[in-house]
Amino acid sequence: MRSDRPPFALTLGAVGGLLFLHLPILLIFLYAFTTEEKSYQFPPPGLTTEWFAVAWNREDIWPPLWLSLRVAAMSSAMALILGTLCAAAMSRAKFFGRDSISLLIILPIALPGIITGMSLRSAFALGGIPFSTWTIVLGHATFCIVIVYNNAVARFRRLGPSLSEASADLGATAFQTFRHVILPNLGTALLAGGMLAFALSFDEVIVTTFTAGQQKTLPIWMLDELVRPRQRPVTNVVAIVVVVATFLPILGAYLLTERGTETAGGGK
Amino acid sequence: MTDPAASGSAPGSAPGAGLSERLTALFWRRPGLLVALLITPPLLWLGVVYIGSLAALLWQSFYSIDEFSGAIVKEFTLKTYAELGLQQNIDIIVRTVLMAAAVTVASVILAFPIAFFAARYARGRWKAFFYLGIMLPLWSSYLVKVYAWKLILAKEGIVTWAANGIGAGPLLDGVLALPVIGGGSLSTSYIGTFLVFVYVWLPYMILPMQAALERVPTSMIEASADLGAGGLRTLRSVILPLAAPGIIAGSIFTFSLTLGDYIIPQIIGSSRYFIGQAVYSLQGTAGNVPLAAAFAVIPIVIMLVYLTIARRMGAFDAL
Amino acid sequence: MTPAVEFSHVSRLFGTVRAVDDVSLTIPEGEFFAMLGPSGSGKTTCLRLISGFELPTGGEIRIFGAPSGDVPPNQRQVNTVFQDYALFPHMSVRDNVAYGPMVKGVPKAKRHALAEEMLALVHLDGFGDRKPAQLSGGQRQRVALARALVNQPRVLLLDEPLGALDLKLREAMQDELKSLQQRLGITFVFVTHDQGEALSMADRVAVFDQGRIIQVGSPSEIYERPATRFVADFVGSSNVLSPAEARALGGADRWASLRPEAIRLLLPHDPAARLSGRVTTVRYLGAGTRIGIEVEGRPARELAVLIPAGQPVPAPGTMVALGWADPALHPMEAAE
Repeated sequence: MRSDRPPFALTLGAVGGLLFLHLPILLIFLYAFTTEEKSYQFPPPGLTTEWFAVAWNREDIWPPLWLSLRVAAMSSAMALILGTLCAAAMSRAKFFGRDSISLLIILPIALPGIITGMSLRSAFALGGIPFSTWTIVLGHATFCIVIVYNNAVARFRRLGPSLSEASADLGATAFQTFRHVILPNLGTALLAGGMLAFALSFDEVIVTTFTAGQQKTLPIWMLDELVRPRQRPVTNVVAIVVVVATFLPILGAYLLTERGTETAGGGK
Repeated sequence: MTDPAASGSAPGSAPGAGLSERLTALFWRRPGLLVALLITPPLLWLGVVYIGSLAALLWQSFYSIDEFSGAIVKEFTLKTYAELGLQQNIDIIVRTVLMAAAVTVASVILAFPIAFFAARYARGRWKAFFYLGIMLPLWSSYLVKVYAWKLILAKEGIVTWAANGIGAGPLLDGVLALPVIGGGSLSTSYIGTFLVFVYVWLPYMILPMQAALERVPTSMIEASADLGAGGLRTLRSVILPLAAPGIIAGSIFTFSLTLGDYIIPQIIGSSRYFIGQAVYSLQGTAGNVPLAAAFAVIPIVIMLVYLTIARRMGAFDAL
Repeated sequence: MTPAVEFSHVSRLFGTVRAVDDVSLTIPEGEFFAMLGPSGSGKTTCLRLISGFELPTGGEIRIFGAPSGDVPPNQRQVNTVFQDYALFPHMSVRDNVAYGPMVKGVPKAKRHALAEEMLALVHLDGFGDRKPAQLSGGQRQRVALARALVNQPRVLLLDEPLGALDLKLREAMQDELKSLQQRLGITFVFVTHDQGEALSMADRVAVFDQGRIIQVGSPSEIYERPATRFVADFVGSSNVLSPAEARALGGADRWASLRPEAIRLLLPHDPAARLSGRVTTVRYLGAGTRIGIEVEGRPARELAVLIPAGQPVPAPGTMVALGWADPALHPMEAAE
C-alpha cells in the first residue's frame, strides 16, 4: 500500500458512497417541478413551475414556518449562553467531576431523541405544564447545547491560557480580558455554533412531536404531509426551502471555523 | 526618545477597590469559584431539565394503567414492566435491536472507504470537497432525506423504473417476495426501512471514523508495508485497530439513533412496530403513558451499557 | 535600597510535585538577573510566582518590599514577555502595544502615541498597522517587548524570550536586550535554559535544579567556581573529579572541577606535569580544538582538554603530559 495513489477499489467505494449520500437529495428538486401530483411517478410526465406559486399561496405553511424560526432563534440563543459557559469552565484546569459533566453534555445527543421527547413529555405531564412555544424551546435548547459547546471548547483549546495571562499581566481586569481578548477570539466559533444549533433546531421533528402538543412547526407540517399527502409537489417545494435554509448556516459555519477544522466530528 | 523609566513612577499601584477589580482579585485567589460560577447555569439546566425529565420518565414507568377505565394508576408497581415481557413486545424489542445492529454494520462498511479516502488521500481542495460532501448530508433536513427515499422507493418510483429499464424487474419482484424482509413494494418492506436508516445515519459514522483515521500516522502504514504486510493485512492488523475508537464513537450514533427512531419505519416500512413507534403510539393514541415510558427505558439501558463499554475503549476522544 | 524582588522560603507544590522547593533569593533593583536550569527545574514557575499567575504554597514573595500575596497579576508593577509572545491575534501591532494603557483608560490619541514611542524603542517604527501574523518571529518578539515595556514596569520578566529565534537573530537580540536594560535601568528577570545566554547577558545567575536554587552568583563565579557537580556540568563543560581523584592530584577531599581550557599540554617529563596520557579523540570546534586524553593510572579515565586556535594539536595516539595552575582545580561539594 504505497502512499500516493489510492487503490481503485477504494476510490470507487469513496465516490460511490458520496453519490449515495447526495443523489437522493437532488431528486427532491426534480419532483418539485413534476406535473403529476397524486403519485411519485418516475420519470415525471411533465415539468412545471406552478407549485412554487401554489406553495406561496397555501396559508397553512406560513404559521409553521414562523413558529419554527422563532423556536430556532430562541433555542440557539439559550444554547449559545449555556454552551459557552460550559466550554469556558471545561477549558480551565481539570476539576472534580469533569468527566461526568462531559458525559452529561453529550447525553442528549447520544441517547435517542425519542427518549428526550418522551422524558420531557413525562415531566410536563407530572408537573401539569401546558404545551407552549417554551416547551418546544426547552427540548431544543437541551440538545443544542452540545453543538455550541463543541465549537467553543475547540476554540478555547486553540487559544490556550497565555492570551488571557498576557491581558492580566498588562493590567486588565477579568472583565476587560473577556471583553477585549476572549470574546473577539471566540466570536466566529460562537457564531458557527449558533448557526449550526439554529439549523438543528429548525429541522428537529422527533423531540418536537412530544413537546409541541397541538402546535405545528414546519417539520411537523411536513411529517403530516408525508403521512397524509395532499399536493405532493408542494411538499417538495417546502423541502427545497428547508434544504436551502439549512445549507446556508452550515456553509457559513464551515467558512467561519477555518475550513471546519474545529467542527469536524462536531456531532450533530 | 523618552526614557520610560525616567518619566515617572510606575502606574497601577493598587487603584481604588472598584467592583471589577475586587472580583478580579477574588477569581484570581479562588480560581475554583470562577469555574463553579461558569458551570452552574448549564449544569442546572441539564440537571433539572434533562436529568429531571429522565427521572420523570422512569417515575412514570412504575405507574400502571387501569385496564377498565384506561386511567393512570399513580401507585408504584412493576406491572408495566411485566407487560414488556409479552411476546408481542419482546418481538418489537428484538426487531429494533437487530435492525440497529444491521444498520451499524452496514454503516461501518459503507463509511470506511469514504473516511479512509478523505483521511489519507484527499488533500487541499479535495479535502474541503470531501468535508462538505459529508457535512452537507449530515446537516440537511432529516425529514427531507426520509422524504427523498419515499420518492425513490415508491412502487411507481425511480428504483422500479430503473429495475424495469435494465430488465431486472423480476429480480426486484423476487426480492420483494422474500419472507419477512420483503413486502408489497420497497417502501413498505424492511429492506426499505434498512436502506433509509443506513442512508440517514451514515454521515454520523463517517466523521468520527475519519477523525480517528487521520490520527493514524502515515509512517505507521508505510512501516507495515515495509515489513512485508500486504494491503489487506495492513488494513486488518494496523488500520482497523487504530481506527477502532472512531468506529465505536460512530456506532454510538448509528445504533442509538436507530433504536429510538419512529418516523422512518412509520413512513417507509411494514406495519410491524419498532420501539420508537411503540412509544409514540402508546403515549399518543393509546394513552398508555406508563407502558410508553417503560418502553423508552429500554434504549436507555442498552445505550448506557454501550456507552460504558465505549468509554472504556477510549471512544470519547474521537467524538 | 529595597530589593526589587525577594523570595523567602518560597515553595510551590503541584499535587505532590515540588516545582519550587524552599527558594530564597534577592534581586536588587536595576539588576539583570538570569534564572538558568534545565526544563522542569522550577525556573519558569518562579517567574510565574513573581507575575502572579501562580501562588506560593509556602513562603513569601515581596516586590519592592511589599508582600505580593494579595496582589493579583493585573495590579503588579511587573510585566512579562511570554515565551510564545502571546500577542493578541485580532489586534494590530499598535493596539497590542497600546493594550496596557487602553485598559487603564488612557485616551486613544495618547495611547497610540505611547505605542509609537515604544515601537521606535524596539526599532519597529512604521509597523503599527500590521497584524501579528504578518510579522517574522524576531519582529513579534520585539512587539512583545514593546507591549510589556509600555506600562513602564519596574521589573520586566522574560520567559525564554529568544528560544524561538534562530542563532544569528538570537545573538543580535541578546546584545539589544542587554543595552535596552542598561538604558532603561529597570530590573530584568530572565529565564533561560541556555547557559551561554545567561552568562553573556546577566549581572547575576541563579542555577536551578529540581525546584531548588543550587548556586547564585556572577557569571564568572558560576563558571569558574561552580558549587556542585551539577553546576559544573550544566554551565559550560567540565572535567568533574571524584574526591579520591582530587586528593591524588593534591586537591581537597571533595569533588572538584577542572575546566578543559585550564589544562595545558606539556612536553613529556616537564617538571610542571601533573599527569600524562594518550590522545584518543580530536574534535575541531573552530574557535579551538577539543581533545580527549586517556590518563594513565588506576582506574583509567578520560579528561577533556581545550586547545586554543593557532596552537599545535597532537595526533591521536600521541603521549602528552598535562599541567595546570593550582586554582584551576576547583573544589566543590564534599563527598556524601
